Amino acid sequence: MMDMDPVLVSRLLTSLTLVFHIIFATLGVGVPLMISIAEFIGIKKNDPHYSMLARRWTRGFVIPVAIGVVTGTAIGLQLSLLWPQFMQVAGNVISLPLFMEVFAFFFEAIFLGIYLYTWDRFKNPMTHWWFSLPIVIGGALSAVFITSVNAFMNTPEGFTTGAGGFAAINPIDAMFNPAMPSKVFHVLTSAYLTVAAILAAIAAFSMLRKKRTEYHKKALKLTVTLTFLFSILTAIAGDVSAKFLAEHQPEKLAAAEWHFETEEGADLVLFGWLGDENTPAGVLRFPGLLSFLAYGDFQSEVTGLEEFPEEERPPLWIHYMFDFMVVIGFFLLGVSLLYILSWKIKRWNEHNKWMLWLLVASGPLAMLAIEFGWIFAEEGRQPWILRGYMLVEDAATTSPYVGLMFLLFLGLYIVLGVLGVIVLRKLFKNNPAEEELEKKYPTIEKGDNT
Amino acid sequence: MSYEIIGITVLWIFLYGYLIVASVDFGAGFFAYYAKITKKDHIINQLISRYLSPVWEVTNVFFVFFFVGIVGFFPDSAYYYGTSLLVPGSIAIILLAIRGSFYAFENYGSKKSNVYMFLYGATGLLIPASLSTALTMSEGGFILEENGVVSLDYLALFTSPYSWSVVFLAIVSVLFISAAFLTFYAARANDQAALKLVRKYALFWATPTIIAALTTFIALGQHNERHYQNMFDLWWMFGLSVGFFMIAMWLIYEGKRYGLAFISVMLQFFFAFFGYGASHLPYILDPYITIYENATHEATGIALIVVFILGLFLLIPSLILLMRLFLFNADYVKGKK
Repeated sequence: MMDMDPVLVSRLLTSLTLVFHIIFATLGVGVPLMISIAEFIGIKKNDPHYSMLARRWTRGFVIPVAIGVVTGTAIGLQLSLLWPQFMQVAGNVISLPLFMEVFAFFFEAIFLGIYLYTWDRFKNPMTHWWFSLPIVIGGALSAVFITSVNAFMNTPEGFTTGAGGFAAINPIDAMFNPAMPSKVFHVLTSAYLTVAAILAAIAAFSMLRKKRTEYHKKALKLTVTLTFLFSILTAIAGDVSAKFLAEHQPEKLAAAEWHFETEEGADLVLFGWLGDENTPAGVLRFPGLLSFLAYGDFQSEVTGLEEFPEEERPPLWIHYMFDFMVVIGFFLLGVSLLYILSWKIKRWNEHNKWMLWLLVASGPLAMLAIEFGWIFAEEGRQPWILRGYMLVEDAATTSPYVGLMFLLFLGLYIVLGVLGVIVLRKLFKNNPAEEELEKKYPTIEKGDNT
Repeated sequence: MSYEIIGITVLWIFLYGYLIVASVDFGAGFFAYYAKITKKDHIINQLISRYLSPVWEVTNVFFVFFFVGIVGFFPDSAYYYGTSLLVPGSIAIILLAIRGSFYAFENYGSKKSNVYMFLYGATGLLIPASLSTALTMSEGGFILEENGVVSLDYLALFTSPYSWSVVFLAIVSVLFISAAFLTFYAARANDQAALKLVRKYALFWATPTIIAALTTFIALGQHNERHYQNMFDLWWMFGLSVGFFMIAMWLIYEGKRYGLAFISVMLQFFFAFFGYGASHLPYILDPYITIYENATHEATGIALIVVFILGLFLLIPSLILLMRLFLFNADYVKGKK
């Protein structure tokens, strides 16, 4: 580790931080929306179950928030420490959304502090609910701005290059670069989807452990409905993203699809492996579907990897990342649809063991899909850090100590992850929802404890 | 006024903001631990946690704001500081991460464990010490560029009297600012036992603060003659700083108007910090980065300033609301809400 190439170790350390941070960033964007919805229903229906749901989600939320804040600070600084040359360029062109992200986060942090400590402080409970909106909006805007920076790395625009570096900079064009809209759409919908799936998994897991109370049933209905809704939106966003890639970043789509030759009526291939001379083998083949995915027409022409010089092609293993992401996406759509059908069709029991286990699995799978998606997005940009302008290998620090720093951060993330889980368990283990409901709302009807 | 000057002023204001709010937080961590080992935690720890709980996350943002802002306004600083600060910067991140997350783990999760309390107290002193070295390096002589390779001269840094006097100043200032704030907060909560204790802390840490300020000043004279001379041209700012320090000390000693006393402490540091910053200019990193030659493109600079002004319209009312709910709300401060 100590004598490795600083470029490689810088990439590894950045990946390590991002793989860890994205879990908490996703929760940070998604959970406030779910809390806000639950609190709103609780107030409007005057139903203490939903209010308690909002309270308990909030209580659990503070732990991932804390880890998200500190790892977010880490990646913010690491960008400059590990990629000084890149940040030098970024500072000139794309610092605007980076700066705005801090404002959005600032706004979110202030209201999170207020929200957490004012549950019973106002006469009208709606006053407290209003404070959830800046958190939801701040979290979403943080995602929008930071995604804009990532989009810029894929499709840099808003400047011209002259002899002395960058000239004629237009920060607004840089921020609203071609990759931004589809990426933002995809990041937001998938974050909401993932959080809904995780909260559904928690509810389903509690029910499997013989706690089929009204509280958990309501939690499950709400979260699975949201999972269904956001999985449809995420599928649409994925489609929009594929069409964007076909148009603006064809090598990424081609690498993801093992699409080597430019052709009309291109097939979509799923899984498999690469044989001699890069011939895909053992794949599931869907004729013409890649053309449809790329342009909405089964006959359209899709650019193949052959049109790019070999040293500018992304690694071909991103195919699996792409496939895993897509398959999990459809799994989530299918499971949530199945739940809703069994709930609406009276003869079916939506709380049977198998249904619940599928829902339990959907939570972690959704988070894995987030990881796969980001690995696909980042590896698919290789070898560029700024597509067409700067190579990753030209941007990294030259410091010889990166290997040591990698080990330090690995240790830090292990400690944070383990302690986070321990603390979360402690928070809820000896404090079941039923007891808390009775304590808080003594008049509540006992749910059917079947 | 040029956009470079506006840019550095904005950043400096935020760094000043961080200096104040983070000092309160860092110092409180140390006092909480100190109170625990001297068995006085029942007196002040309630008070401390009531203040810190809603605001700890906000404190952190001031810092993020500064370092994102400096890369935005002065991109070359990312290159020079980024390359040379990999190790100290990473250590500072890890300390901040431990502090921030452990605060949440302890506060929302389990009962106060000794390990958490120790780490929380220790990081409260180590973080300002490590962050303050970035200011030391900005004076020049520690970050070197040879044949296009930027590196940090650790030996020079660790053997420099200036470097150590800055560390000392950072630590004692943190404790003094924090104690002055807690004195005000305890008085506000009308908690006489806590007030008696933290007022003693404030009086105690005042002397080292002023001594450290003087030694740092002298050490700077030996390290960077240009900066030292510039400071003499701004003598009135340092004079005001000392004046406000004396007002604060008199008020705390007399035991009255603790709010005004804390504002005086804020002004004491405001004038010292801005006097230091203004005399540092035009250099951000002596001799490699100046605010004029290494600023971002004008279009980006102006866009950042516009966003900053719009952002303030959102932030200032929100911060006022936060302070009204938790800082100036007597019932909350007294623990009745």
